[in-house]
Amino acid sequence: MRNHRSTRLLFELSHPGRRGIALPACDVPSEPIDASIPASMLADAPPPLPELGESDVVRHFTNLSTFNMSVDTHFYPLGSCTMKYNPKRNERFAALPGFADVHPLQDDRTAQGMLALLFELQVLLGEIAGLPAVSLQPAAGAHGELAALLVAAAYFRDREEHRTKVLTPDSAHGTNPASARMAGFQAVTVKSTANGGVDLDDLQAKLDDQVAVFMITNPNTLGQFDRNVGRIADLVHARGGLIYLDGANMNAILGFVRPGDFGADMMHFNPHKTFSGPHGGGGPGAGPICVRDTLEPFLPSPIVVRDGISYRLDRDRPRSIGQVRSFFGNVGVLIRAYCYIRTHGPDGLRRVAENAVLNANYLLSRVRHFLPSPQGDRCMHEFVASAEKLKTTKGLKQPAMDIAKRLLDYGYHAPTVYFPLTVPEALMIEPTETESKDTLDAFAETLFRITDEPAELLREAPHSTWISRPDEVQAARAPRMRWKPD
Amino acid sequence: MKPEELLYNETHEWAHIAPSGGGNVATIGISAFAVEQLTDIVFLELPAVGRTVAAGEEFGEVESVKAVSPLYSPVDGEIIEVNTDLPNHLEHLGSDPYGKGWLIRVRLGDESSLARLLKFDAYQKQCAEGH
Amino acid sequence: MPYILNTIEDQREMLRAIGASSIDELFECIPPEYRLNRPLAIPPAMSEMELARHMAELAALNRNASNSICFLGGGSYDHFVPAAIDALVGRGEFYTSYTPYQPEVSQGNLQAMFEYQTAVCALTGLDVSNASLYDGGSAATEAVLMAMSATSRPNRVVAAESAHPEYRRILRTYFAALGAELVVVPAPGGTVDPADWERAIDDRTACALVQSPNFFGCVEDVASVASIAHARGALCVQAFDPISLGLLKRPGELGADIAVAEGQSLGTPLLFGGPYLGVMACREPFVRRLPGRIAGQTVDRRGRTCWVLTLQTREQHIRREKATSNICTNQGLFALRALIYLALAGRNGLRDIAALCLRKSRYALDRIRSDARFRPAFERPFFKEFVVRDGEGRVAELLAAAESDGVLAGLPLGRWYPELDDCFLVCVTEKRTRPEIDRLAFALQRHSEHSGAAARHA
Repeated sequence: MRNHRSTRLLFELSHPGRRGIALPACDVPSEPIDASIPASMLADAPPPLPELGESDVVRHFTNLSTFNMSVDTHFYPLGSCTMKYNPKRNERFAALPGFADVHPLQDDRTAQGMLALLFELQVLLGEIAGLPAVSLQPAAGAHGELAALLVAAAYFRDREEHRTKVLTPDSAHGTNPASARMAGFQAVTVKSTANGGVDLDDLQAKLDDQVAVFMITNPNTLGQFDRNVGRIADLVHARGGLIYLDGANMNAILGFVRPGDFGADMMHFNPHKTFSGPHGGGGPGAGPICVRDTLEPFLPSPIVVRDGISYRLDRDRPRSIGQVRSFFGNVGVLIRAYCYIRTHGPDGLRRVAENAVLNANYLLSRVRHFLPSPQGDRCMHEFVASAEKLKTTKGLKQPAMDIAKRLLDYGYHAPTVYFPLTVPEALMIEPTETESKDTLDAFAETLFRITDEPAELLREAPHSTWISRPDEVQAARAPRMRWKPD
Repeated sequence: MKPEELLYNETHEWAHIAPSGGGNVATIGISAFAVEQLTDIVFLELPAVGRTVAAGEEFGEVESVKAVSPLYSPVDGEIIEVNTDLPNHLEHLGSDPYGKGWLIRVRLGDESSLARLLKFDAYQKQCAEGH
Repeated sequence: MPYILNTIEDQREMLRAIGASSIDELFECIPPEYRLNRPLAIPPAMSEMELARHMAELAALNRNASNSICFLGGGSYDHFVPAAIDALVGRGEFYTSYTPYQPEVSQGNLQAMFEYQTAVCALTGLDVSNASLYDGGSAATEAVLMAMSATSRPNRVVAAESAHPEYRRILRTYFAALGAELVVVPAPGGTVDPADWERAIDDRTACALVQSPNFFGCVEDVASVASIAHARGALCVQAFDPISLGLLKRPGELGADIAVAEGQSLGTPLLFGGPYLGVMACREPFVRRLPGRIAGQTVDRRGRTCWVLTLQTREQHIRREKATSNICTNQGLFALRALIYLALAGRNGLRDIAALCLRKSRYALDRIRSDARFRPAFERPFFKEFVVRDGEGRVAELLAAAESDGVLAGLPLGRWYPELDDCFLVCVTEKRTRPEIDRLAFALQRHSEHSGAAARHA
């Protein structure tokens, strides 16, 4: 039962004189502050933060949490985000003081367990990728893309080759071209075919000696494995370019095929997707990158190395691009990924891919009769269905949006909608391997039932949530980005 | 201004050319069709007076909630006036796109590029084809 | 497999519905020549019990702030983390949800983002905050890129030598690709002399990057930097320590245009460097160049107040290669930790925590310098960190000896500042007690006596 009194803004709940942290008495000499710091540098008053007791704060956030859907509470088939179950054991292990309370600048000798784990994770990821040189530093997938493109830029500078362009398919995630630009390249778009594959003619037309990197997502954003990937790699390599694999969809191919074996030279993993790191309401993730040996000298610094039986951070990397963030990386996320991989072993990881693909194909088989999938009757770990025909059959203007909103009423998180742009009224559905056949059956039945419901019911959905269809135009026209007292 | 009397870019900017101070000045805006296609416009970024633009060059941006569209100049010349009031009255773009919804005025430089612009009928035809 | 629910029977039925004879058939789209025809060469699966033992063994090999007395700082701090934070962010509705694409079922996260933004504005005295970035270092870089774009000056940035060396290292990494110049102004006395800023900032400079309190713990004259920068049409970017703002003037009051911080101090454990969060706020005119997610207030179709992601046209998924940044998500869970911390501390709590840090660090310096071997490297006002010069120049040996006494005594500075290779940085948070500080002083002085004795014997 929700308590709406306690979910008023913290600043409205503030009660002068309350506090939620009691501090020990000062046990050292309490000289006046301005004896240590000149008064001109001191604020007249502390920042105007709210004043609340611990129980105020606990009640506020506990109630706020009930306004969210989450993997722990609901089926969350958000395409391309791999919202799989987040194992509780990983949380416990990452919170051990022997990991959580280690300072990032401690002497290597004093953090041998941490370094051993991170070294092993480098090896594990290198094997899964088929690309042996690994940097765990990037903080997110997009950050990994950027780091890898900087590695590519450094590699070509080292070879005294002046290459200015990065090619990205039009179906690619928006981070691809944005990362290319941040790495100093010009982003050039390559067309994709109806099933999301790379248009080879367009690729060949745009491929020249100025191309540094071709970025490919495989399986692609339509949930299809691009069979031409080897030929694409050959074409790009023949012109001296590199292949970057966006590893967003690795869940589909774990243990079946390795990017390094189909021609990728660099890739990133999304451990928060593939290796079950919790998404945390939008982060943190991590974006470790794996590259071929020839690119290893350029990887960000530091990297964990083993000398005999001890481990150390190698910071003496003269050709490295340097650092892309402070300290080592998003270690908390990496520890969870390590636990996940060690929980599964080689057979288990393969079974993850098998069941992710089985679940997606099963759901596709149950859905495509009433929501056609333009790529046909098979997919990898996800598929895209089109709600286009509901425009005519029901007179809906935005049927994909309306279905998404109505699903919320039935207790399902919505799929990704309107992506990729190449499919009209797209619903991108990724069930993941951790859902059961029963859940998929119930979800398919609900989807079918929704497509049969009156248009009015869909247009104004959701009906059962605390709010419905917020006015985004008002939010953008006159942005209110913080609370102000009336 | 009447839409029938204007010249158009394929990218939906209109231009009205009139003599002024011994030369020609173009008043530039975006068409009613474009405003409708963009749906709820939430933000407009306009250039500073004094900048020179070439025909086809980007001079600003118009944003709806989930799209950004560049604005392309239909003419060559120097920007001599900007409708600085418009970003605070975006409703004028919908209610009066050929009047209060004007964006900038440009003192024309090279006029040869004007030949490239569409007349009303041709522009109407393009819109009817849906792009 | 622990997390897969399909039984063999389920799989059979599902394959029948699909019209496939086996699961392998579903993978036939992968050309055989690329397939891995062997098991991955990784260790076999472990049960939860086996993994628990393995992880406990690895954890036991690490010194840490729970089994040692930690005086390490340098951008990552051993501040106290109240239990309520872990209890609240441990709720599955927070930590297993994702980016609020469907606002109707994400109001918990969206409202928290809005509250976080409000708290950061209160903290910094600036107008607008985003919903957080990766960490302090990448936030500093994003702020500099934002200043380059806002001023249309893509070629030159001036940074203080006293700003975190890793932050400057990150800037150089990004600048290598963009061809921009990073000018570093020296801080030989622990802070940068305004005259040096005056000389370095010219009318091609996008911004001045100053950190205060800086990497050495000293408080910089940010107001002067801001006015010098503004006089040349450049912006002032300040990196700050959130805890210090319980006492010090806020970036907005000092004239900073963009303020960034490592948010780890606000309720996040050390975690060997991450995940943390990058705090970032700016003045109103720069909001459309602010990277990252932003929550905005609006109303729903029934007129109820609610929150959505707003100003999304700044972001990569719409603007692609023209986006101000490639950043896709925020550090939601860690921004939530920071928000809960600030809510628990409140205005007076933050002031009192800051005052404890200040007083205890003063006490620590006094205790350490009671041995003539140790001197403060800089005579400048400092907040919770200070640099100690070892008159014998044997920093590595000294710190190793202290460590064997259970004290992580400080960071040797030679790695970043060769001229300070006889110095180390000591950090004292509100967690350190007087007996712990006395033990630090004792551990350092005992080494002094030992080495003195050794020298006499030699």
